[in-house]
Amino acid sequence: MSQPVFVGLDLGASRVKVAVVDLQGQLLGHAVKKTGTDFTVTGAACLDASLEMAGATRSDIVKAVSTGYGRANVSFITQESRTEIGCLAKGCHHFFPGAITIIDIGGQDNKIIKLNAAGNRSSFKMNRKCAAGTGAFLEEMSLRLDIPLEEMNGLARQSENMIKLGSYCTVFSATEVLESIRNGKQVSDIVKGIFYSVIKRVLEMDSLTDRVVMTGGVVANNPYIVEMTEKMIERKVLLPEYPQLAGAIGAALYAMDPKKEIDVVPHTADPVA
Amino acid sequence: MTEEKKNSRKKIQATDKMNALMSDYFYDLDAAAKSSSRKVAWCTSVGPAELLRALGFAVHFPENHAAMLGATRTSTDLIPEANAIGYSPDICSYLTADIGAYLKGFTPLAKAYPGIESVPRPDVLVYNTNQCRDVQDWFSWYSKELGVPAIGITSPKNVNVVTEAHISDVANQIEALIPTLEEISGTKLDMERLKEVVSLSRECTELWKKVLETATASPAPLSFFDGTIHMGPAVVLRGTREAVEYYKVLLAELEQRIAERVGAVDGETVRIYWEGMPVWGRLRQHSELFSSLKATVIASTYCSSWIFPAFDGDDPIRSMAKAYLELFIVRSDEYKGGYIKEMLEKFHIDGIIYHDAKTCPYNSNNRYGMPQRLEAETGIPSLVISGDLNDLRCVSDEQTKTNIEAFIEQLEEGK
Repeated sequence: MSQPVFVGLDLGASRVKVAVVDLQGQLLGHAVKKTGTDFTVTGAACLDASLEMAGATRSDIVKAVSTGYGRANVSFITQESRTEIGCLAKGCHHFFPGAITIIDIGGQDNKIIKLNAAGNRSSFKMNRKCAAGTGAFLEEMSLRLDIPLEEMNGLARQSENMIKLGSYCTVFSATEVLESIRNGKQVSDIVKGIFYSVIKRVLEMDSLTDRVVMTGGVVANNPYIVEMTEKMIERKVLLPEYPQLAGAIGAALYAMDPKKEIDVVPHTADPVA
Repeated sequence: MTEEKKNSRKKIQATDKMNALMSDYFYDLDAAAKSSSRKVAWCTSVGPAELLRALGFAVHFPENHAAMLGATRTSTDLIPEANAIGYSPDICSYLTADIGAYLKGFTPLAKAYPGIESVPRPDVLVYNTNQCRDVQDWFSWYSKELGVPAIGITSPKNVNVVTEAHISDVANQIEALIPTLEEISGTKLDMERLKEVVSLSRECTELWKKVLETATASPAPLSFFDGTIHMGPAVVLRGTREAVEYYKVLLAELEQRIAERVGAVDGETVRIYWEGMPVWGRLRQHSELFSSLKATVIASTYCSSWIFPAFDGDDPIRSMAKAYLELFIVRSDEYKGGYIKEMLEKFHIDGIIYHDAKTCPYNSNNRYGMPQRLEAETGIPSLVISGDLNDLRCVSDEQTKTNIEAFIEQLEEGK
């Protein structure tokens, strides 16, 4: 039976994520797809997949909010967008009320966002113009080592003698990796070193408060990075059920924000449906 | 936040008058360079321009020219020319853009002012390292290339309190320049003329201060982006009657705006302080981005750096020395922190944005913990954006946009 739903679309540099929630903010449907070359097409495909999972159709949407680099490319379904920093904050506060520090490791950006007890942002930091420590760094290393991305987590877990990378430049790190290969080092030890490098790059961006939440595709696909982070920061990391969807869920929660006037989105012809 | 909002910036009517003034200045420089009787001096932006004017030199400011290369978005194509001859992409992109332009035989002046083919050839190059070491390297390159002398003042750095000893040191260096400059200009320094020029610089600076301080009003009648354009006469025509007259006109217009409650941005809701250099090639985009978010960048260290309260016609050389030493960029972090705090209070600022300019460490005041210290002391949130003054290879537009939008969101949520 159909019901009114709110939708968040997170059109990231690497992946498009869509979340559909009900009037209580419960997640009914979701989808993640590679962004590819067309935000609009992928956004529409992701939207329809998540609506299908939710048992809903586009006509059930009360309001949709977009976020991410492609947030302006889905005007067929939403005229309102928020930054991914705002949406991550909203999504994480929903799951973990109170003061938190969010570490988001995305495909192209890393973010550290601090929220106060009321859930308001007190500060945020994004990585500088450098892919070191992001999903793009892991993708580059995956290519260099000819290891599928999905196998990296298992390999890192097998490591017994991690190789630390000294550089914080992706290109220089790749050179170091090649040197390790030449020197006959274990691939698992190199992969764990790559994970370690990702975490170090993120932790140097800002200080952390007591409660730390991690989000983003990198931690969703590589839970071992979360375990390594916990050891490095000597505390438990809080993880939403779907770390990669935190921004999309935040966008959906903005869509249902009672403080905002709710505009019923005119369902104009979908250019790509 | 909707992506495309109508741009609501307001044009300052005095802009046409300023453009005419700047045009006259560049044509006069060109005429001086082409004449056999007048001499041309190149001067760093806070170098001893008053002395040069008093000696009759037409004064060209390479930093102004470099900013034009940035604003016309030609610098990024020119910088590699200087990189290729050994000037690193990591050093001042004013220097590399300007030298690159020379190497390519290019100047934006030629397009803007028909009849001008090149920057005016100098008879002497005069620097003051109060800005940075790069200006000396910059002028030294031209000195060798063009076979003209490069002389100047070596200023102390990280000055906390400007002392009499500092002033005496720089005043002595200014005096030491006089014989060489007299010889090149063929003119004996007339102290009365110098007093007059310094007095005009003081008058200009007082008016420029009043212009910038109109932004203490709410809504602010001018923005940082307006300031970066309208500071032109304060930079290149300091010490002239024309600059003084121009700022009287501009000030009157801005005071009228205040009386009529006309803001630089419609519906101003957030007031921002900009610390660091502008991104010259993105002035328009940044201005439009802020205005679309109903935010006004009210004030900046950069535009305020051309306020020199020390100029005193009765004591020209020592007051010049003091003015050049009191410049923000010469000062210690302790002084800078106190200065910024005063500005935040004076202009009723909601948030501060630090521009971390890749090639300008001297104007990037976020690198030694300043944002964290000031945020702890004032409670005013801060944001650091990465970029550069002239090298657009160091600028990520999407990252900048996301950062600024998220920062304005944060400030609005906190209100």
